[in-house]
Amino acid sequence: MGELTEKIREKRKEWEKECLEPWLSKTEKESRKFETLSGIELKEVYDPSDIAHLDFLGDLGYPGEFPFTRGIYPTMYRGRLWTMRLFSGFGTAEDTNKRWKMLLEEGETGLSTAFDFPTLMGLDSDDPLAEGEVGKCGVAVDTLRDFEILFDGIPLDKISTSFTINPPAGIILAMYTAIGDLQGVPRDMLRGTIQNDMLKEFHAQNTIVLPPEASIKLVTDIFEWGIKNVPKFNLISISGYHIREAGSTAVQELAFTIADGMAYVESAIERGIDIDRLAPQLSFFFNSHNDFFEEIAKFRAARRMWAKIMKDYGAKDPRSWWMKFHVQTAGCTLTAQQPLNNIVRVSLQALAAVLGGCQSLHTNSFDEAWALPSEEAVRVALRTQQIIAYESGVTNVVDPLGGSYYVEWLTDKIEKLAWKYIERIREMGNGSMLRGVLKGIENGFFVREISEASAKYQRDFEEGKRIVVGVNRFRINEKLGIPILKIDPEVERRQIERLKKVKAERDSKAVKENLEWLKSSAENGENLMPAIFEAVKSYATIGEIMGTLKQVYGTYRKPIII
Amino acid sequence: MNVSDFIDGITAGNRRVLAKAISLVENEHPLAKEILRGVYGRTGRAQIIGITGFPGTGKSTIVSKLVEEFRKREKSVGVVAVDPSSPFTGGALLGDRVRLEGADVSKDLWIDAKVFFRSMGSRGRVGGIAKKTGEVVKLLDAGGYEVIFVETVGAGQSEVGIMEIADTIVVVLMPETGDDIQVNKAGILEIGDIFVINKSDLEGAENVERWLKYMLSLDETIQSADKEVAKWQKRVIRTVATKGIGIKELADAICEHFEFLKLNGILKAKRAEKAKLMAIELAIEDIKAEILKRYGNLLEENASDPYAVAEKIVKELIKP
Amino acid sequence: MDKIRVLIAKIGLDGHDRGAKVIARFLRDAGFEVIYTGIHRTPQEVARAVIDEDVDVLGISILSGAHNTIVPRVLDYIRQYGGNPQDLVVLVGGTIPAEDIAKLREIGVDEVFIPGTPISEIIRFIKEKVAEKRGKL
Repeated sequence: MGELTEKIREKRKEWEKECLEPWLSKTEKESRKFETLSGIELKEVYDPSDIAHLDFLGDLGYPGEFPFTRGIYPTMYRGRLWTMRLFSGFGTAEDTNKRWKMLLEEGETGLSTAFDFPTLMGLDSDDPLAEGEVGKCGVAVDTLRDFEILFDGIPLDKISTSFTINPPAGIILAMYTAIGDLQGVPRDMLRGTIQNDMLKEFHAQNTIVLPPEASIKLVTDIFEWGIKNVPKFNLISISGYHIREAGSTAVQELAFTIADGMAYVESAIERGIDIDRLAPQLSFFFNSHNDFFEEIAKFRAARRMWAKIMKDYGAKDPRSWWMKFHVQTAGCTLTAQQPLNNIVRVSLQALAAVLGGCQSLHTNSFDEAWALPSEEAVRVALRTQQIIAYESGVTNVVDPLGGSYYVEWLTDKIEKLAWKYIERIREMGNGSMLRGVLKGIENGFFVREISEASAKYQRDFEEGKRIVVGVNRFRINEKLGIPILKIDPEVERRQIERLKKVKAERDSKAVKENLEWLKSSAENGENLMPAIFEAVKSYATIGEIMGTLKQVYGTYRKPIII
Repeated sequence: MNVSDFIDGITAGNRRVLAKAISLVENEHPLAKEILRGVYGRTGRAQIIGITGFPGTGKSTIVSKLVEEFRKREKSVGVVAVDPSSPFTGGALLGDRVRLEGADVSKDLWIDAKVFFRSMGSRGRVGGIAKKTGEVVKLLDAGGYEVIFVETVGAGQSEVGIMEIADTIVVVLMPETGDDIQVNKAGILEIGDIFVINKSDLEGAENVERWLKYMLSLDETIQSADKEVAKWQKRVIRTVATKGIGIKELADAICEHFEFLKLNGILKAKRAEKAKLMAIELAIEDIKAEILKRYGNLLEENASDPYAVAEKIVKELIKP
Repeated sequence: MDKIRVLIAKIGLDGHDRGAKVIARFLRDAGFEVIYTGIHRTPQEVARAVIDEDVDVLGISILSGAHNTIVPRVLDYIRQYGGNPQDLVVLVGGTIPAEDIAKLREIGVDEVFIPGTPISEIIRFIKEKVAEKRGKL
């Protein structure tokens, strides 16, 4: 191997001198700088000498085997396709239930719930701060009654459901469990995911209710409760998606997500949770952005890193080393101009996710720079996945890009850069990732890093170095706007009416007692989930439950760093 | 609006008029001087507190918590927060308003009728404040705000500009920023009446406090020769502003300092001194403008001998 | 010309602040004095800041779809506090359906910027519009 590498290196030098140099014009030599979207500098071409330091068996191996660079399952999509899961929800529970049934009929294989902002922030629909936002960006949920309607006619033993929700994640998990109980589905058949990743909210997404420490406590409570009660349910989706949407680079997305993952694992270990019991219930969520190969490399690096990390934390079961992840195509790349172009962007991003070995995938709809997706747009988004799955042939072979000099080099490069960040965070926490991440939240490290990257991206766009087709190049005169989904303005009124009705009909004494129990659990540092579960079943509202927690833990506003 | 509309509006507590007047002052509008002159008689009632210190020490959070505390004490509060303007573009990000948070949600300081918050860009002046900060404070004073905080840029240099404005100066420090080095920085010890060690739950708070007290004691020995003036015992207060710890004590110290100034006649003397300096400043400004107007050509033609030109101007302008 | 002062506001529950922050930063670099409100502000709070800070421009960033409720509310509060939205340059940016753009213009919004608009275009618009409105005062 060594000898061959030497030979290749020599040949490369010769090629550069005798073939490449004369080919390049003078101006090209001076101005040529090619880099990935995240700023990793690239050569013209890669060859075996670029990856000579990699060991096939140790660094790549076979799919289904450590370090899982090539995929967590031995057969990957030959065995089973990824779950086609479209994030959707709007209006009332009835509206969303109807959209879900349409998607299932069209061949969607998993549900994914978009909640409106009041629900995401743990506020009831009649809260003054919720005015104008009820049912707008997702479905409005106040009490278990809404969940009963949402899942009407949807058998929880047959379908898995994902919930993008964070501060009230425990409440939603409790609601889902209660619905499963009502449908008579055994608890160990409930499958799905709650996002429940509070740390990235502090870095990026900003759906924050409780302070960081209290947030971590609640996440860990959910782990502890979920392992016992819903053993097949992903109790967290450790998310880089929003970090990327906030403007980070691919490396930052990967590094901060893995750092957060490590922080959660450390918090669970501190709580005395068995890591091998928790690990199968962890999942991840990444963004698939425009730079095709960089994204694929990122996914492959992520799997390899997580396998090493979990092994180092002492997980023994090989399944604990798996990084299962969901991917969503990058919302921030969608353009309002010439919206049909978005279908092409989404296709490429989705293909990268598939070549990167994702377990489930959301494809954005082409009209989302204008509004929530229309039925037609969401259908195209689903069809995009189906075309990749059934027509392109990319699913026939596992990790088809494995061994590409470029992809392997880039995978390795991204991994190295991500480790650097992780070491920096670990230093901030004096050896603890949990403390390091909390420290980075407190001193603005994460936000500052992301802001700088985001400003650089914008500058490149403004200066025309970053081309966005149809926006700063190839513009046309077009009439702006496309037919969009309209949210019935009556939604807010109807939702508030339902809330009033539930409040009038429920056993208010039971609600009061359960909320008091929750309060005392919080004050005494006990696990909050048993009280949350009972409160949910007695039709306590999300606002009441989160309000009780706010009383004990206070609220949090993060410092502004521009 | 004419000058008297402005004067009436400000003194009647119309915040929109006040806000417009502040802009005129900041932009050095011709009306500004007239307005300031018109409300000058209504000034001198407020306690003006300068908050200065190094970057990242939590000045804005301290100001926000102090606003809350003085509102509890039923005082109306004005805040002028100065941020640096870029020397290249003149642009500025004025970000301190966001920290103006009441701990109690029902008491929203953003819309509290007795709180007026104004952000200023430093607009080219160094020393921690803008050229017009002092005059903006005068407008707030005339507008009836009883306690006025001026938060300086806080770039870490000696921000002596604040001395021209404030009755009481609070210097904010924190652990970790290189303890003794921070305290040793020129000007810090001299300008402060009250020293705050914020984030005092962090490691190293004791060190900073010990060192600070030692330095202050040295300072005192040097100055004790001057027995004529009543001496304020400089305070050191530990806070954790984000949690509201130490804020009450800080507010008490601020009030005590004001009482001290009043009791000993120092406030009166200080303000008389400031009025004097202001008069000189104003006169110089006018004279300068006059010189430029009258002698513009002469100044340009005689660049070879500025001394002679100056002599000629002074002789002609200031006749006995 | 007098310094142009801009308030960039995030109103409502939507926490997506990438756009608002990037705009704030680039407007600063263009020589404006920029006040950023942070996320989760109420219409009332923003209106008060508009008055007290005496800004020339109010830029509202909304991605939550709640613009038809929030924007009129802010303008109402500005009036209630004695201001006149017509003296201001009012801008809205974010995910705004085309038909709502027309509605927002009708109630006094000077321009709506859709996602992807180069900030240089926004800066040019602000300079022209502020000059025009100052001329009228």
